[in-house]
Amino acid sequence: MSELSVNHLLGIKYLNKQDIQLIFETADHFKEVINRPIKKVPSLRDITIANLFFENSTRTKLSFELAEKRLSADVINFSSGQSSVKKGETLIDTVNNILSMKVDMVVMRHPNPGAGVFLSKHVKASIVNAGDGAHEHPTQALLDSYSIREKLGDVKGKKIVIVGDILHSRVALSNIFALQLQGAQVMVCGPKTLIPKYIDKLGVMVEPNLRKALNWCDVANMLRVQNERMDISYFPSTREYTQQYGVNKELLDSLNKEIIIMHPGPINRGVEITSDVADSKQSIILEQVQNGVAIRMAVIYLLASKIKQ
Amino acid sequence: MSQKVLLNAKEVNIILHRLACQLIEKHNDFSNTVLIGLQPRGIFLANRIAKILREDYNVKNIQLGFLDITFFRDDFRRGDKPLEANTTNINFIVEDKTVVFIDDVLYTGRSIRAALTAIQSFGRPNEIELLTFIDRRFSRHLPIQPDYRGRQVDVINHEKVKVNWEENEGEDIVYLINK
Repeated sequence: MSELSVNHLLGIKYLNKQDIQLIFETADHFKEVINRPIKKVPSLRDITIANLFFENSTRTKLSFELAEKRLSADVINFSSGQSSVKKGETLIDTVNNILSMKVDMVVMRHPNPGAGVFLSKHVKASIVNAGDGAHEHPTQALLDSYSIREKLGDVKGKKIVIVGDILHSRVALSNIFALQLQGAQVMVCGPKTLIPKYIDKLGVMVEPNLRKALNWCDVANMLRVQNERMDISYFPSTREYTQQYGVNKELLDSLNKEIIIMHPGPINRGVEITSDVADSKQSIILEQVQNGVAIRMAVIYLLASKIKQ
Repeated sequence: MSQKVLLNAKEVNIILHRLACQLIEKHNDFSNTVLIGLQPRGIFLANRIAKILREDYNVKNIQLGFLDITFFRDDFRRGDKPLEANTTNINFIVEDKTVVFIDDVLYTGRSIRAALTAIQSFGRPNEIELLTFIDRRFSRHLPIQPDYRGRQVDVINHEKVKVNWEENEGEDIVYLINK
């Protein structure tokens, strides 16, 4: 079996096609493991992993922690809210202090883009990026592609539209890289103010009309409006946003084909999608969450196998 | 590298039938017994034994599964090559069943140790037995012995026993390879 071409998972940008294939094949095995009566394997019993979350998270943090525990790794958790970061400690100091407790791998979420790359150059541990600002969120993109592969058989040749706040979304960027690497066609759709200026340079199509975008695609990945990252007003009102870019059952039923609805969570019900869409049979939102654990187990397992004793 | 034939197709066939008969002697109609082939190489032997039991000895209701032990091995991060996982396919619960592990070559016993741990994820078997086609004597690292053995061989450490199967390599034959 081949191994990953990288020692850290900092972004999809650094992976190649074979890496993604290997992660998916490994995740297939772990998906079978987590559906057993006993969902744990002892592979990583001599590995310690620190989860450093300098930014809020529910799903990703729980998913990583569960993945680590199902692989039998020892886990320590850290949230910046209750830590010495508030007292003025630098990132490298914080992490090096944690690493001196003999930690082998760091899973980090940080508000600053590039925090993972920076850390990987300065500390001796495998780094997994769990989201760095509006830059990348590689495990989310991997689990999104994995869910598409599971539902449609293959990602290659499929048409995926990413709808909503593309400008502030790390999920969008990682998804664009991952989908293109696997040969999918990608479109983004949203208010002009929330579409990055030169996004067409990445080879994605831009469609301002939601109905047209949905009629084109096989899969729609709905993103949340990231109010916490908005320093100015990007659209007149939430109500107007929902009218233009919210998906409801009526719109979904009026399309010329049945499309798949995805959402990385957390959902703002009634804003980007209505409850009946989120809970419909076309939605694979909860499958995405389940696949997230298998994908993170695969990533951690493959990176840990490169840590020499 | 030189190799010599330990068993030819005819001898392999005789041994397979003997092993099948030994299983019937102990397990009767297999109503409380499940066969588990160990990935990657044990599945060929497991399939073959199950086929003989079904077709030649008319045993119905054979439950056959495949178990991958990769994530339970004790040499993770210790070798040069990454460990390759295979498919586990067990569509039944092993709780209170008699489990027969089936593998082609028993060498150090470490794979079986891993399998003993791995099978617990599917319940608590009443009893576990081991069937192995080739038993490499004097090379065990752990106190593990087979209940059913095809052929016992004395092989020194730098030699390798390779069991080829018709459905995989095109011929039933067992080689002793001197590396």
